[in-house]
Amino acid sequence: MKQTNDKAKLQAQIDENLKRVYQEALDERLPDRFQELLEQLRDKETTK
Amino acid sequence: MSSGSDPRDELPEHLPALRAFAISLCGDVSAADDLVQDTIVKAWTNIEKFQAGTNMRAWLFTILRNTFFSIKRKRKREVADSDGVHAGRLCEKPAHDGRLAFNDFRRAFDQLSPEHREVLILAGASGFSYEDVAEMTGVAVGTVKSRVNRARARLADLLGLAEGEDPVSGADAATLAVVSAAGTQAA
Repeated sequence: MKQTNDKAKLQAQIDENLKRVYQEALDERLPDRFQELLEQLRDKETTK
Repeated sequence: MSSGSDPRDELPEHLPALRAFAISLCGDVSAADDLVQDTIVKAWTNIEKFQAGTNMRAWLFTILRNTFFSIKRKRKREVADSDGVHAGRLCEKPAHDGRLAFNDFRRAFDQLSPEHREVLILAGASGFSYEDVAEMTGVAVGTVKSRVNRARARLADLLGLAEGEDPVSGADAATLAVVSAAGTQAA
């Protein structure tokens, strides 16, 4: 019983930490280069 | 008719998630940014392959992970496989309160194979269903599930926790003593 419990607790902690890994990456400021790239791609298309 | 709307207008809103996935997969921001850049160009030039009404985020994630793994395969042919090198356990015992320290977790996560990181981020952290992940990674749903389980077990192992060993009924007292001692050692 206790082991099942511990296992569930561990799983929950892993999930929590995984979300944090992802969330920290998500919180990073997006570099301008991507917006610039999209603008370039659009420009190339409209001027061709 | 949907001729008025360009699905490419939707790209910017997915960029933060796409980049977060890339960073989690690469463990390296500058490599991740190159990957995102490649993905944007591919998505832009292949937009006719995107089926309107389907999940654009999943489509972008798929392009990104395919790009990542194909670069990786190419490199593997060029240089010796560095993935074979796995560090042992990173920490000997859980923190005193039994909770994982995030830094330990982060380091253990970075030690996982990219396939394991991928499946944990997709299915565990970014909220895709196993069915979505199966489609994105081109494997069966059952394979996704077992990969998730193996990845979790590997993480627990790297963290020096006992999850990997399935609790056998009637686990001997010595094992239990060691496990619980590990939790109190820091005292």
